[in-house]
Amino acid sequence: MRELLEFLILDNLIYILMIVLGVILTVAYLTYFERKVIAFMHVRMGPNRVGPRGLLQPFADVLKLLTKEIIFPQNANKFLFLIAPIITLATAFAAWAVVPFAEGMVLADINAGLVYVLAMTSLGVYGVIIAGWASNSKYALLGALRSAAQIVSYEIAMGFALVGVLVAAGTLNLSDIVRAQEGGIVHWYIWPLLPLFMIYYISGVAETNRAPFDVAEGESEIVAGFHVEYSGAAFALFFLGEYANMIIISALTALMFLGGWYSPFTGDSWLAQPSIFWFLAKTSFFLYAYFWLRASLPRYRYDQIMRLGWKVFIPITIVWIMVVAVMKVYHVGPWWN
Amino acid sequence: MIISPELFQQFIFYLFATFTVGSAMAVVTVKNTIYSALFLVLCFFNTAVLWLLIEAEFLAITLVLVYVGAVMVLFLFVVMMLDVKQAKASQLKQSYTKAALLIAAAMLVELMVLFAYKLSGQLPTNELIRQEQGYSNVSEVGMALFTTYVYPFEIAAVILLVAIVAAIMLTMRKRQGNKQMDAAKQININPAERIRVVSMKAEKPEKRHSGEES
Repeated sequence: MRELLEFLILDNLIYILMIVLGVILTVAYLTYFERKVIAFMHVRMGPNRVGPRGLLQPFADVLKLLTKEIIFPQNANKFLFLIAPIITLATAFAAWAVVPFAEGMVLADINAGLVYVLAMTSLGVYGVIIAGWASNSKYALLGALRSAAQIVSYEIAMGFALVGVLVAAGTLNLSDIVRAQEGGIVHWYIWPLLPLFMIYYISGVAETNRAPFDVAEGESEIVAGFHVEYSGAAFALFFLGEYANMIIISALTALMFLGGWYSPFTGDSWLAQPSIFWFLAKTSFFLYAYFWLRASLPRYRYDQIMRLGWKVFIPITIVWIMVVAVMKVYHVGPWWN
Repeated sequence: MIISPELFQQFIFYLFATFTVGSAMAVVTVKNTIYSALFLVLCFFNTAVLWLLIEAEFLAITLVLVYVGAVMVLFLFVVMMLDVKQAKASQLKQSYTKAALLIAAAMLVELMVLFAYKLSGQLPTNELIRQEQGYSNVSEVGMALFTTYVYPFEIAAVILLVAIVAAIMLTMRKRQGNKQMDAAKQININPAERIRVVSMKAEKPEKRHSGEES
């Protein structure tokens, strides 16, 4: 028992700390990266004042946010108002427990990993709804309703896309899903599941309320949506949660469709070795795609978002699940022979 | 102090069981409907933990995914939109007490009958049946659903589908003067039908009236 307790406390605590600190640092530099990428696309400079090339800008932002006052709106429900950002952040971090970074490098290697991720990401909507309601502000409530409707709608398309992956790999364990894609770029599931891959990533963008699906924030209509009344550290938590969710969507896309930690090359060269760097590179690409989309596309209208989710994505996913099932039954190569 | 794993597990069970019962009680006793819905979420969560303790991790996660992640979100939606007035204590006491007590008593008797006669011979009384390390109850649940219980499973699915279609049909009514947009029509617009390009000679601008502001 003492060994068990020591193991539970020491090893897992270190892993958890590594993951949490890693995610927080990534979020910090993701904001810097985002501003630089968008500045480049707008032919601007981006942050370049704090530190060399503006590299210390994220820390300046964090310090500014943490030293600001948290303002409570009149008649706001204080308990719910405070707990909402905590729920958002906790669910965003909880999903990281089952993400395999490399072969065997995973905190909890559970069999129902895929369902766990889906369950945890679907809980994030509570932070949004509670924040919108507890703020006692009409803009916040409108933003919360929009956001909740959007998240619930796109979760269905996302779930169906994951069913396709589940059919293809025959397991819910994320490490096993990656292992099923071993053997170079042709073995990745992006090829047989191409429509599902695109739908998963686009739904992921919609789930995290990012541009072009950011009507929940819609600063031109409802100021900033559900977190309009939040300031200081409470706002920082929402911000952190949103970016942590973006990273996890990108990481999951890399794991399920692009072979996670496996190299695209085959052979014995050092480039063909599976490693965590491949996983990080793939994840980074999808993070870049988030900013790419944000800088290039105008915001969708609300009814267009709903139409895309319900009338386009869900039918395509249902049809493609059938196609995947047929391909698997007839052992179509090189994925299922 | 050394705690044995069994004692530790029992401690966790009683902790979360207390939370489950407590939050379930809170659902019906708190006056704010939003708090009621949130306590129901807490209750589902604690039930999921109890299921995890009997090593049914797939069912536990599915409970969170379906009930907490989807059903309760819609509940909260409805509660927020309806703006239910906070009920007073006097209102709560008089109206439904007898009916509620009757239903509770009936359910209690049913459960006791079930436990006494149906399950006593089948379940070992003090020990959980444990499976070896590689056992996956995800595939076990799938096997049972798609082989032994395939007809009930498919019939339930068809009933749900019918319910979805019926619910959507109920909301589909065309209001007079509704200016809903048809995306297919919008996309298939031919510009030639909409505007006419007229070629005409250039005109001289008219002289402005002297009193007008420029």
